[in-house]
Amino acid sequence: MCITPTNRRSFIKKMAATAAMTAAATMFPGIVFAIEQEANLPSGNDLDWKKGPCRFCGVGCGILVGVDKGKAVAVKGDPNSSVNKGLLCVKGYHQTMCIQAKDRLTHALVKKNGSYVRTPINEALDIVANKMKETIEKHGKDSVAMYTSGQSTIPEGYVASKLMKGAIGTNNLDCNARLCMASAVTGFLTTFGADEPMGCYEDIDYADYFITWGNNMAEMHPVLFSRMLEEKNRRGAKIIDFATRTTRSSSASDKSILFEPQTDLAVANAICHEIINKGWVNKSFVEKHCNFSKGLTNIGYGLEDKFKFTDKPEKIDFEAYKKFLEDYTPEKVAKYSGVSVKDIKYLATIYGDPNKKVVSYWCMGMNQHTRGTWINNLVYNIHLLTGKISQPGNGPFSLTGQPSACGTAREVGTFTHKLPKGVVTNEKHRRLAAKIWKVPYGRIPAKPTYHATEMFRAVDRGDIKFIWTQVTNPLVSLPKTSRYRPAMEKDSCFVVVSDVFPTPTSDVADVILPASWHIEKSGLYGNSERRTQHWDKMVEGPGETTPDAWMTIEVAKRMGFGDLFPYSEENHVEEIYNEYRQFHEGAKHGMAPLDVLKKQSGVIWPYVDGKSTQWRFNAKYDPACSNGEDFHFYGKPDGKAVIWQRPFEPAPEAPDDEYPFWLNTGRVIEHWHTGSMTRRIPVLHKAMPSAYVEFHPEDAKMLSIGNGEKIKVTSRRGSCILPASINERGLPTQGQVFVPFFDENMMINDVTLDAFCPISKEPDYKKCAVRVEKA
Amino acid sequence: MPIKSYLAHPQEGKKEDLLMALSKINHCEVIPAQNKDVIVLVTDTESEIEENILKEKLEAIESLKLFSMVSGFDTQN
Repeated sequence: MCITPTNRRSFIKKMAATAAMTAAATMFPGIVFAIEQEANLPSGNDLDWKKGPCRFCGVGCGILVGVDKGKAVAVKGDPNSSVNKGLLCVKGYHQTMCIQAKDRLTHALVKKNGSYVRTPINEALDIVANKMKETIEKHGKDSVAMYTSGQSTIPEGYVASKLMKGAIGTNNLDCNARLCMASAVTGFLTTFGADEPMGCYEDIDYADYFITWGNNMAEMHPVLFSRMLEEKNRRGAKIIDFATRTTRSSSASDKSILFEPQTDLAVANAICHEIINKGWVNKSFVEKHCNFSKGLTNIGYGLEDKFKFTDKPEKIDFEAYKKFLEDYTPEKVAKYSGVSVKDIKYLATIYGDPNKKVVSYWCMGMNQHTRGTWINNLVYNIHLLTGKISQPGNGPFSLTGQPSACGTAREVGTFTHKLPKGVVTNEKHRRLAAKIWKVPYGRIPAKPTYHATEMFRAVDRGDIKFIWTQVTNPLVSLPKTSRYRPAMEKDSCFVVVSDVFPTPTSDVADVILPASWHIEKSGLYGNSERRTQHWDKMVEGPGETTPDAWMTIEVAKRMGFGDLFPYSEENHVEEIYNEYRQFHEGAKHGMAPLDVLKKQSGVIWPYVDGKSTQWRFNAKYDPACSNGEDFHFYGKPDGKAVIWQRPFEPAPEAPDDEYPFWLNTGRVIEHWHTGSMTRRIPVLHKAMPSAYVEFHPEDAKMLSIGNGEKIKVTSRRGSCILPASINERGLPTQGQVFVPFFDENMMINDVTLDAFCPISKEPDYKKCAVRVEKA
Repeated sequence: MPIKSYLAHPQEGKKEDLLMALSKINHCEVIPAQNKDVIVLVTDTESEIEENILKEKLEAIESLKLFSMVSGFDTQN
């Protein structure tokens, strides 16, 4: 970036000022520094401000990147973006600083005789294509796999899906969004028959109450939380934090309610019991727009290889549902949830009051759950029973963690069971994909193969003999890495890793491909509120760095699929997007043309007649509603949403005499996921240099543990040594410890359990049993 | 050669006084919020000794209620 000492010094000063302004934005929602931000930019520079979405979380803040002489020198919030209205969080402001990291992957590296050898990119792509082809010839098409990301752009996800499912003819494609959003998807599909939230961020401007379910928004979605705080201060909106750990979000909320891990299922049912018992059900809404169903119970935890589960939904009536809820009176649930009868009733009162608008927010707390689909269903139940859904300020809202978990993983469909429209098991959907992709219909297999956890189990078993990972770092982010790291090191599997920086995953690769970073390529992301955002390439990447989409296309061509990938290097993003849009034509998911996306700071789909649809399923806002009623849940054949009977079932592993603590893992505001980018941004790394294990002060006292003391955290899978943290960032409940997972030098996922929700196949990173001792 | 940033909170009704006082001190750059009672302060000194002298000057300002450090850089590294 700036090379002279003077420039470097002024740049650091600007960054220091930015950090302070960001901190102020957290403390004073709506604070304005905008004019000063621009006034303090280095003088004499003719900055070209280019728009795009932030690289990091799923909020999808609009950013403006200041480019000077081909270098990115500044980032500020896009005031024209309705998402963040000019605000950014500390990660957002500093994001482009990682580009200059000294250890940036600039050229392809190929392992030869145990050492990495710098190799021309064309030669490395030849090796990848030949190896993939040779593996298919020798072991069949299901011996090769791709594992991509909710951070892949829409074109990157699209060409990966087309290569694997359309060209090769295998469903061995899954992505890291399986680890964060799969339960949200199955929750939406089972309840509404259509994925993604019905509302949008504008709900924040109307809601009277925000209830956050296991969601530390102050650190994970800070800009949205800042908008909520602004409404709290401006018009008295209330924030209720319902969680297993006291966090910055709890401190800023009006009320913090803590529950025992896993018992959110029971509390949600108790809220529904109370709503029915008190006569707060919106009867006409339920009668017109809802069905009742139950599914199988005692459904397992996916701990064994090749675990299979298929639910068997069965229709029930309201009376049967009401009877089921008799086991969930507030009094009964209070006994094991740790939530008082008074607090359960308080929550029910908020949802039950017809004059209060309520938005429920959640993210990993509900999704990374061995009953993730169920808890998503149960929160929908609350909103459906009270009719508080699909209206400004009223609705359940599942937040995403990654910038394009919605746009790419869910909409393009980079899961094993998905296609760009619909699922592989549906003949109509396969025929549409075959038609648009111009491949024989029979080539797309009708059966899903490996979801993320099972994919790496298959690598371990030797069933997968070639794997290509893009935009993700599974050997830090998978649960139970103590099994999957040695699996990926085995000679039985050829490993290709595309990334921007070296990671523990690239450490085991046979070929490392140097990927372009965010602003070094054009792309599109889709955020939590169904907003598609486009950006143009802003700066050149170093060395032979190449966009992931183009590397996939080059490999496809080398494998003999050139006719299916007729895109040009200069314009492939536009060409791919235009092809992809055909999948979603129509009022239910129509996507904006690229020229519209280029002009605006994102557009919400369905985009119909030149207009975004902000609240789906509500006839007042959604042109796809066609049943003549106020609401139409058109994802289901009969137009009705489902209220699900789902019980409380315990976690697969709970504290016992040998492993007496719950382990909860998560993130911190300074770092993005596995830290491969943010740990290379000095201001963020210095602010949070390493992971830690957080204790309740009483537990620390009982164990005579002091702050900073080295602690060994051990489970039945593995162990990890970290410094103790007491009364610092967060406060776990007694009997629980919390560890953030961003630090590759302190691999807490060696300790976690690879149990998952049998419906969504999403692992639970929030609950397993550990013991702690001084190291 | 430390560069540090702070949030400076004024005594009630003294934001303008604080802004003026900070603006007069060498090695300080100030960015006042337009709509809140807080000022971003960036200090740029040559050494730790100079930094400590500056801190003493800042702490002596009457219109300053408190100041909290947000980030710190040593530009020699």
